[in-house]
Amino acid sequence: MSTATTDTAPDGDPQLGETDLEHGPDHPSDLKYVKIALILGAITALEVGTYFIQDASTGLLVALLFPMMAIKFLVVTAYFMHLKYDNPLFRRVFFFGLLLALFVFLIALSAFEFWNDDYLKFLR
Amino acid sequence: MTDVVAPPTQVADPPGEIGHGHATATGISNTKLAMWVYLGSDCLLFGSLISTYLLLRHRSVEGPGPEDVFDIPFTSVSSFVLLMSSLTMALAVASIGRGDVPRNRAWLATTAMLGGVFIGGQVYEFTTFYREGLGYTTNIFGSAFYTLTGFHGLHVSVGIVMLMSLLVMSARGNLGPERAEAVEIVGLYWHFVDIVWIVIFTVVYLIP
Repeated sequence: MSTATTDTAPDGDPQLGETDLEHGPDHPSDLKYVKIALILGAITALEVGTYFIQDASTGLLVALLFPMMAIKFLVVTAYFMHLKYDNPLFRRVFFFGLLLALFVFLIALSAFEFWNDDYLKFLR
Repeated sequence: MTDVVAPPTQVADPPGEIGHGHATATGISNTKLAMWVYLGSDCLLFGSLISTYLLLRHRSVEGPGPEDVFDIPFTSVSSFVLLMSSLTMALAVASIGRGDVPRNRAWLATTAMLGGVFIGGQVYEFTTFYREGLGYTTNIFGSAFYTLTGFHGLHVSVGIVMLMSLLVMSARGNLGPERAEAVEIVGLYWHFVDIVWIVIFTVVYLIP
């Protein structure tokens, strides 16, 4: 266990306070968690803001919303779930599942959109 | 000839890992690895449900569609509540790592409460949709929507049960820094539920 109970690091480094050492020197402090949550909240507000754009096309909304969704997803996994700091094996296991899920989606999409009667007739 | 089995060696906590002071062949916690494998497999479950929803939502012949029933401002508040519950969960994990049991208990209770608010919002939303004529079997959009969001709500409910169990353990004095990993693992599950909602909120509610 490397839990710190004092305001200074075991090696005497005054830069590392109690909260910096809660999970080791690389893990975020409480203050950093709050800052991350504020950023996530701000991105959510921007996402909701797109709902009020008049006559926005689906293409524009996808272009605006998907990057914001991806940023929120990656920030939560990296900092709140500690993937940025933890053993790389966890990252590989999780993202392998995620990639498989995307693959399933692409297969299902192609089954519905391309491998239907209309398209097969077109090919013939 | 006899097989020689090396005795398990005590693996020191790697930098950045706490409360995992048991020996494993990989040097990482088996319980934590199991949770990550489960979360990876749960990606497939939600990936399939989201794919199904996207492919079916505009194929309804009759009945209300997404644009008729969705209340984006209301769902936005629910999304914000769930997002903030991830913050309180992260603070709960951090506080148990420091050995601060009272603060850990407070953050766990706050997270459970925020999860309860989210579930309450979902029950209200489902009830409203049903009154507006969208039942589970009304049309294909309703079936896909209720299945997807219902499964997510079930996951949140299971997370609340886990949090309440941790609170009971803590009240009995069984949740100290030596069991920080239990809190961390429940935290992983909770954050996963949050990231799934991040995707659902964008893909289901915000993109027409």
